Amino acid sequence: MKKLFLVSFIGMLVIGIAAMPTSVLAQEKGPIKIGFFAPLTGHAAQTGKDMLSGLQVYLKEQGSQVTGRKIELISEDTEAKPAVALTKVRKLVEKDGVHVLIGGLMASTGYALMPYVDSKKIPAIYAIMASDDLTQRHRGKWMVRTGWTSSQPSHPFGEYAYKELGYRKVATIGYDYAFGWEVIGGFQRTFEEAGGKIIQKLWTPVGTMDYGPYLGQINKEADAVFALFFGAGALQFVKQYKDYGLKDKIPLTGGGTTTDEHVLPSMGDEAIGVMTTLHYSAAIDTPVNQKFAQAFRKFAGKSASYYGEGPYTGGKWIIEAIKALKGKAEDREKFLSALKNLKIADAPRGPIELDSFGNPVQNIYIRKVGKVGGELQNTVIKVYPKVSQFWKYNPDEYIKQPLYTRDYPPLKP
Amino acid sequence: MRLITGSKFKIGGMIVAFFLLMMLPPILPSYWLTILTQMLIFGILAMSLDVLMGYTGLPSFGHAGFFGTSAYVVAILSTRYQVGFLGCVFGGFLLSTAIAFLFGLLVAHSGGVYFLMITLALGMVIWGLAFRWVTMTGGDNGIAGIPKPELGIPIPLEDPMVFYYFVLSVFLVVLILLYLFTRSPFGLSLRGIRDSESRMRILGYNTWLHKYLSYVVAGAFGAISGILWAYYNGFVSPMDLDLTASFEAFLMVILGGPGTLIGPALGAGMIVFLKNFISAYTHRWLLILGAIYILAILYVPGGIMELGKRLVKGGDKE
Repeated sequence: MKKLFLVSFIGMLVIGIAAMPTSVLAQEKGPIKIGFFAPLTGHAAQTGKDMLSGLQVYLKEQGSQVTGRKIELISEDTEAKPAVALTKVRKLVEKDGVHVLIGGLMASTGYALMPYVDSKKIPAIYAIMASDDLTQRHRGKWMVRTGWTSSQPSHPFGEYAYKELGYRKVATIGYDYAFGWEVIGGFQRTFEEAGGKIIQKLWTPVGTMDYGPYLGQINKEADAVFALFFGAGALQFVKQYKDYGLKDKIPLTGGGTTTDEHVLPSMGDEAIGVMTTLHYSAAIDTPVNQKFAQAFRKFAGKSASYYGEGPYTGGKWIIEAIKALKGKAEDREKFLSALKNLKIADAPRGPIELDSFGNPVQNIYIRKVGKVGGELQNTVIKVYPKVSQFWKYNPDEYIKQPLYTRDYPPLKP
Repeated sequence: MRLITGSKFKIGGMIVAFFLLMMLPPILPSYWLTILTQMLIFGILAMSLDVLMGYTGLPSFGHAGFFGTSAYVVAILSTRYQVGFLGCVFGGFLLSTAIAFLFGLLVAHSGGVYFLMITLALGMVIWGLAFRWVTMTGGDNGIAGIPKPELGIPIPLEDPMVFYYFVLSVFLVVLILLYLFTRSPFGLSLRGIRDSESRMRILGYNTWLHKYLSYVVAGAFGAISGILWAYYNGFVSPMDLDLTASFEAFLMVILGGPGTLIGPALGAGMIVFLKNFISAYTHRWLLILGAIYILAILYVPGGIMELGKRLVKGGDKE
């Protein structure tokens, strides 16, 4: 008994460590391991789960295999914290020996992982993380972005708002962090270049639920409001926008996540008529998308959103690249090359190819919330094809300009 | 005075543990090596907090502030100003300790729940700075790309195994220093204050000064763990010094056994291990961790060390 504690404690430690499965040496006939990481607990849990579902739907469609090799999906929870993400990704790469990483929701995760991914030389598919700079001024070699940049959909919308909606003065409001700054910054730039003017920029802390104090401040002279929120916050904002009587006075527009299918089913009629911009809509009327939307609904029991489509297409990207390599995913450099050179013509969101900076060139959809068959959806009003992260600007000139931040572009006097 | 007090089993256990820590790494898979390194880094943090909590009886909910501040200084100096290893270490240590000197003035008069609340508030102040001072700290995005340390002498600290032994040596030095500190007359006075501050005051001790210095020492050693963390992780963010981080440090001490130094180090090891081990099998690891905490507080409030003493029964005479 006296020695028991000592022996058992040390014994447990040693056995516990020794019993851990060590990373399997990559074999060319062994399974292809895909490491998925996203917040699966915490405030972004629902979003992370949608992402996982999207990937799982795709892998299921493929029978969880490619070129005769089984696909093993290992998923890890990042808790929406970059430090946790780093720890979990370390585990995926070093302990589980994955061939490729896919996932990531928060911008902070994206920036945090880049040095590690580059030092370990492992391809990482960023299917959702939209921070502009990841494919502009702070590119990583081993990062393959198959999603979008925050400002990518905003650029065409700025023009659209001025030319086709006829707005001249717009007030903006959004979450006070990089994602908000970039979506709104992109809109401001093209809207003002077309001749419009942003008369007010309001910022709220991320995750705000009570927008009363902000709604009261909105400049009544605005022709429209451009808003950037997501998740439960978006739900609350759109509802309170109507409750405060603004809906009928000042048209509401915004970044796509404000009315994303992620929260749209929970919204009521107050969302009808809201126009937003994104590289996806569950209502895109193509056979590929309808098939995806139905499969997603069947698998996850909810409406497909861009959070689901991103990793679905990301999964497709990985599989198509492996097919191009005839199954030899062990040569990391070749794998990376294959991923970067891939073009997909039939993703649910439409055709995608990567620009020289590693970001998708793809369709941007201007959507308007409408009720179809008793359900709200983001009906597609207009499509801008082949939009790049740089819009119509020269990439090198664009990069010389500062990144969109809270105060850039500045408000004109 | 005996160099090391404690039963044969405690000493025996420490020797075996030391042996394992020295000998295991070459046979350990690289992933577990990094986990072991993490355990040591948080072991330092937990031991530093134990000085304050376990020996002086002052519970703190803001200790991660010192951990995070030094980590941020290392991050900023190394990535933005290309300052070398020694410069970053000194910078991190100095700023963190300076803050301890400053904050200590605000907290040393209090105790118990009040101390808890004030340290919580001060911890939040530091978090607030990290989160909002975006131009300096990168805010929510944190600071990535911290380069691996270079000592100037040809020791490749980028190699995980070499880095591990580096961390291990710092851990052992800290352990010895804190051991001597807590066994010193000053350290014994701290325990007196923990047991009854009023009695110590009546005896003529300047308890305010003792508490102040204890806080500063705890902060300074906490800073050391933060520096190691910055280099280990390559990335620093506000999550490294928020309330949850402070609370985890707090729990490492509680779970390990406050007032024993080794206990909190074991507690840190256990929490780091569980965090990484459990989350591989279930996404509900927080639930399991919470259950362990509750069970510990209900049945073994003295933590791992008490568990050890109970099992051994022959116990040590301390």
